[in-house]
Amino acid sequence: MTDIQAQIDVLPGLDPGAQLLEVNDLHVEFRTRDGVSHAVNGANFRLEPGETLAILGESGCGKSVTAQAIMGILDSPPGYVTRGEVKYRGVDLLQLKEAERRKVRANRIAMIFQDALSALNPVFSVGFQLAELFRKHRGMSRQDAKKRSIELLDQVRIPAARERIGDYPHQFSGGMRQRVMIAMALALDPEILIADEPTTALDVTVQAQIMGLLAELQRERDMGLILITHDMGVVADVADRISVMYAGKVVEEAPVYDIYARPAHPYTKALLSSIPRLDMKGQQLSVIKGLPPALNAIPAGCAFHPRCAYARDQCRQDPPPPAYDVALGRTARCHFWREVIGDE
Amino acid sequence: MFRYLIRRLLQMVLTFFGATFIVYALMFANQTDPIQALAGERPITDSQRLALTERYHLDEPFLGQYWHYMKGLLTGDFGISLTNRKISEMMADAWPVTIRLALIAIVIVAIVAIVAGVISGIRRGGTFDNVTLVLTLVVLSMPIVVLAPLARLVFGIQLGWFPPTATRDAGFYELLLPALVLGSLVVATELRVTRSAVAENLRSDYVRTARAKGLTRQRVVGVHVLRNSLIPVVTLIGVDLGNLMSGAIVTEGVFNIPGVGFNLFRAIKTEDGPLVVGFVSVLVIVFLMVNLLVDLLYAALDPRIRYE
Amino acid sequence: MSDPQAVTTAESAVGRDKPRSLAGDAWRDLRRNKIFWVAAVLVTVFVVMAIVPAVFGAGDPRDCALSRQHDGPSGNAFFGYDFQGCDVYAKAVYGARNSILVGLLSTLLAGTIGLIMGLTAGYFGGWVDAVLSRGIDVVLGLPFLLAAIVLARRLSSDPSNNGFWAVIVTLGFLGWTTAARVMRSSVIASKNQDYVAAARMLGSGPARLMMKHILPNSTAAFIVVLTILLGTNIATEATLTFLGVGLKGDAISWGIMINEAGPNVRTAAEPLVWPSVFLALTVLAFIMLGDAVRDAFDPKLR
Repeated sequence: MTDIQAQIDVLPGLDPGAQLLEVNDLHVEFRTRDGVSHAVNGANFRLEPGETLAILGESGCGKSVTAQAIMGILDSPPGYVTRGEVKYRGVDLLQLKEAERRKVRANRIAMIFQDALSALNPVFSVGFQLAELFRKHRGMSRQDAKKRSIELLDQVRIPAARERIGDYPHQFSGGMRQRVMIAMALALDPEILIADEPTTALDVTVQAQIMGLLAELQRERDMGLILITHDMGVVADVADRISVMYAGKVVEEAPVYDIYARPAHPYTKALLSSIPRLDMKGQQLSVIKGLPPALNAIPAGCAFHPRCAYARDQCRQDPPPPAYDVALGRTARCHFWREVIGDE
Repeated sequence: MFRYLIRRLLQMVLTFFGATFIVYALMFANQTDPIQALAGERPITDSQRLALTERYHLDEPFLGQYWHYMKGLLTGDFGISLTNRKISEMMADAWPVTIRLALIAIVIVAIVAIVAGVISGIRRGGTFDNVTLVLTLVVLSMPIVVLAPLARLVFGIQLGWFPPTATRDAGFYELLLPALVLGSLVVATELRVTRSAVAENLRSDYVRTARAKGLTRQRVVGVHVLRNSLIPVVTLIGVDLGNLMSGAIVTEGVFNIPGVGFNLFRAIKTEDGPLVVGFVSVLVIVFLMVNLLVDLLYAALDPRIRYE
Repeated sequence: MSDPQAVTTAESAVGRDKPRSLAGDAWRDLRRNKIFWVAAVLVTVFVVMAIVPAVFGAGDPRDCALSRQHDGPSGNAFFGYDFQGCDVYAKAVYGARNSILVGLLSTLLAGTIGLIMGLTAGYFGGWVDAVLSRGIDVVLGLPFLLAAIVLARRLSSDPSNNGFWAVIVTLGFLGWTTAARVMRSSVIASKNQDYVAAARMLGSGPARLMMKHILPNSTAAFIVVLTILLGTNIATEATLTFLGVGLKGDAISWGIMINEAGPNVRTAAEPLVWPSVFLALTVLAFIMLGDAVRDAFDPKLR
């Protein structure tokens, strides 16, 4: 019997009283044949138990890469973490050896992915893929692991869990597969769950069910949830705080209510005005001009300036805007945040 | 699973009749003198001519001849050689050593292809991978008629590491060199397919999930990736068997191993038509059977097929 | 694969600066590939050897004298003399012509059959496709060399010919399946693309559609298959010849040389070694060429 839970508790420097998760100045780059792409350029955020942090941004802004860097599952090569800290309860995960880091995964920090069909191994039954966690991390016997797996499938409300345990991923519907993914992520009672676009691939009605399930399970377990999405609608319903990412940087971080009421960064503002709203029926929907920058050619100064209505000379020059404190627990990387926030 | 099985079986029946019909038609249809064709360039007596006509029902219409031939095949009667030996007996004599040879070759191939293929797939672009790629290319382009005689010359005769010939009761050591020659025919493709399957699977989403589950690298590669990568490798076995059969004719001929291939080799050289037809027909049947087994194995490995 | 999106964005951004065609990209890749250059040089050497063997300073391959049987290498005959006292070097050089001719012609034949079968099956679909695909299954259901032995033996049973055309027809009629499959699947893939559908709605007939829109998209894969087939056909010709159902009589061929040298290998190794080396290098050259071209057109797996 190997009890990995016990081994994590003796991780050097682990302090149960410390911040649950703290990401400081995280930098990730991809080294490809065509040059170096700076996917993440100084991401910062914190997470408390029971809190839901949404990371919001267009595709290619570095949000998924950030999540993978936290998990330590970046494909490397080509991806490398070049700078920064990922502190879980005071321990910098980036400094751990792979063998120690591995024990943190699934046990303390778990992750679910966008497309559950490709994220589950097609040639093993879901029972095998669930039981594997208990057998490898908890040293359980086959029977015990199977029993626990069935309980888990019950918890994520898969009907007739006992009969379906031997089924293969392709035999489940999209929503049921994502439930299996969630069961797998929660199997070892992690303190942090990272959900990377968990509902993007699903129908709208199923989306709501899955988000509801996630929220409920989070409440039960007092888990910290990082929700990665590009969907402002999803965010408004479930998130406590929001980090908006653009070109690999967190450009604005704020409680969810504040950000919807008074965005402090022009990019956030542009994102918000591109959501269709009932009360704006008949008006033209605004879109953000231009494209996000290529990550191997990020503009100097503020990366958003080529698309920004507020941009002035200062924005086009280095150094890029620092994270200005807008209010308590609220930052924005815009030189002219006062103007932006007061503009409405 | 059931529908898949039925479909495969129907396909196999079709292929079986198609293939044997082609073989038979090639031998006998539209020949001005089918008996002389059977005997090749050797002179043939009137009594032999009579016996062959009766044996192959050459006085009946073509489809009737084919019918008799199929009946013979299915009841284990493969005919009589021009030297008046029962082909079924010659076969029974020849199979054991051929099977031993093939087994040694297959085990070597499986080990080399999977181990080297997995390493290459993981370290794509690395030194090991590049060396393996060049080596497989060289092996891939070595015709068996080059490889078998040269291997025998260098390792069997000049260096003397292995016996240059083998007997009917040859053991592991005597068969090792010919088995290596035989195996080299299929090892390159198997290795390359393993390599690209592993490389492709390593980039798949489920591998990321497996890593996120905190599994060790050995388990991610050895269980999750390997199991998926074996599927294309298994489907190759059927094709490989055809190559092995072809290879066995030359290899057994060159090394004088009195197996099935050697008998066929000799039959071709001595222009013994009935012997060629008999042996080829049986090998075609074996080939089709193994391909059916491979299809079943494929279904066992890939649940997406099983529940089609 | 959905991630990392960052990388794909970066790559497409690079692509935007400098528009490149698939063929241009492939050629750029090929030029950097050492294997391609080795293959190209070898192919050139053997093709020249096949066309003008005299360039290589070889003597007359048919000038044989038993008195020179198994004489060792000398200034006159670099690789010595064989069992019949023929110049091994001269025979090896002159042997290139038959190998390459048989390879080329049989590949052309296989390619033509494959092209027609694949286009027809892919374009018309339905029962036509079903029948042709089963046909492919049946041919693939035959172990290649076994079928080739029977067919070649049948075609060359007339002792007056030296088996040249028999081998070509054999290899052509048994070797078209891969080409047909490649053609079929690329036709099916491009048939469903919007611009082909648009052309069809504008009233292009099947023949015109295939020539103008579908074929150009399939050429790369088709050429790769044929290049590799050329290599394997040369190897199979040698094997059939070695077994005695390929080229025969007074034809000069590497397969015959290897076959004849076999029994005497203990007294003289050169007559076995050199035709083997020539044959292996030729096959290697074509297979390497096909391999390099495929990698250039399909860089995903490099």
